[in-house]
Amino acid sequence: MRILTLIRQVLDAQEGVHIAANQIDRTGRKLVMDTMDEYGVEEALRLRERGAQAEIIAVAVGPAGVEEALRSALAMGADRAIHVEADVELDAIALSSVVAQIARSEGAELILCGGQQSDWDSQALGAATAERLNWPQATWTRTLELSGSSLSGKHDTEYGVESFEVQLPAVITTQQGLNEPRYPTLPNIMKAKRKQIRKDSLEQYGVQPKLRRKGVVVQTTQRLRKIFDGKDALTAAAQLVNSLRNEAGVIQ
Amino acid sequence: MILLVMSHSNGHLSKASYELAAVAERLEQDGPRTALVVGNGAGQAASEAARIADRVLVADEPELAHYDPEVWSAVVAQVARETHAHTILVSATRNGREYSPRVAVKLDAPLLEDVVSIHCDGGSLVATRYCFLTRVTETIESTSPVTVVTIKPGAFPVATAAEQSGEQAAVEVVVPQPRLKVVHKASEATDRVPLGEADIVVAGGRGLGTPQGFTELIGGLADQLGAAVAATRAVVDAGWRPYAEQVGQTGKTVQPKAYIAVGISGAVQHLSGMNRSKVIVAINTDPEAPIFNVADYGIVGDVQKIVPAMIQELRR
Repeated sequence: MRILTLIRQVLDAQEGVHIAANQIDRTGRKLVMDTMDEYGVEEALRLRERGAQAEIIAVAVGPAGVEEALRSALAMGADRAIHVEADVELDAIALSSVVAQIARSEGAELILCGGQQSDWDSQALGAATAERLNWPQATWTRTLELSGSSLSGKHDTEYGVESFEVQLPAVITTQQGLNEPRYPTLPNIMKAKRKQIRKDSLEQYGVQPKLRRKGVVVQTTQRLRKIFDGKDALTAAAQLVNSLRNEAGVIQ
Repeated sequence: MILLVMSHSNGHLSKASYELAAVAERLEQDGPRTALVVGNGAGQAASEAARIADRVLVADEPELAHYDPEVWSAVVAQVARETHAHTILVSATRNGREYSPRVAVKLDAPLLEDVVSIHCDGGSLVATRYCFLTRVTETIESTSPVTVVTIKPGAFPVATAAEQSGEQAAVEVVVPQPRLKVVHKASEATDRVPLGEADIVVAGGRGLGTPQGFTELIGGLADQLGAAVAATRAVVDAGWRPYAEQVGQTGKTVQPKAYIAVGISGAVQHLSGMNRSKVIVAINTDPEAPIFNVADYGIVGDVQKIVPAMIQELRR
């Protein structure tokens, strides 16, 4: 079977956010594969290592630089990659159309994708892709087992952890805790350089953004930073409670 | 027409549902408001919804006893089509954010996700939302004739229930067979105020040392303040606390009036779940902990001593 693992390239979480030309500036910043997506690549590899006959295809949509994130996926062990070159930024609903078209043409049976993208703070991509393909979805998975064409595992819901079962084809969204993504070894990095990255253009897919981004503002909440010394616990506690009660007015 | 999809649990409307009504009021002051209640035995929730909407459509079927993303999205999309809704409002709870993208695709509509403000601008909907791990606020716009919007819980005031009730009508819906088989249903039992609805949140990290220390100190302080309890990813992964209490990128995002972080260092993933709180309080032994950079108030000291002292002080 074929497994698609969706890759998005985002700012490293440790990078500060800066605005240029009314958007978050990425030039000269450290860009990485979204960690949420790394869990997806890793899980695809582990499903195969536990016995699934699978070809693993990393898929990304975005500007030329996104190829680097795809190379990371290939170095981890994905077999090949598809890069849909796009300079416009697609929202999750629009992007899901590209992914669904690729899933159909590749005959994929399982799609792995990050539970929340760390640039958009969006949770929509997995569900929207599942809907376009008329597949079921399981979001925020913690464990995953494949047996024949049946997937089972645990995932996080509104109220807690649930066990689930679902038949392939399906979309699974991944998160921290599902696994510990491997670091690519040097030989695998070298091998990845020879792996194929197919280049498509966004025009081939006939997809337009569904919404318009009008502007961004970096949060600049000034915090008071009134920090008391806790050497004397009782005094510090009294100072803090007094501040919260009489200054901030947040407690009775 | 604006369609408000009500969320409810244990027979009652959630606070987030009242917030949807307030959003609808802002978007269309005098427009008719239609609420949709989906469930089984949802009569009480429907009656409550009738106090904040002109008309309540009730999809009440045995097959709708349990939430499923495919089922919920099918029902909501069907009702949205039949009522010619131009705006579909859903609370951005974990479930709401899970099924609403499917509704958007079914209706060929844009999704304004997890928004914290919204207004009409001519024929378009303009909203703001947080992104980049909650560090940035972006403005997005939909010019589509139909738009699905999910509203961040806690970002809007609650609408007050009217004296008079709107009309209620049962709707016939086609319920698809759920394909995700849930083997073990998670329970939602908690004696405390729900995390997403609390004015004050007391959160604990690994700095509490042990699960017992967490229960005693965080639970004790929360009970004294009438607050909800929250935990970091590390605490949940260690099995000290249930996932429902997790705040951060992979858990809940909250913005209470006061967030009291105890024994939490302040990793960027945790901050993204709480950095929009009105007042942030940090208690930690390490003066260099990043949590102090976003704190309004704090104490550098031993949490084992500070928290009991706070409880004692609050009791006075």
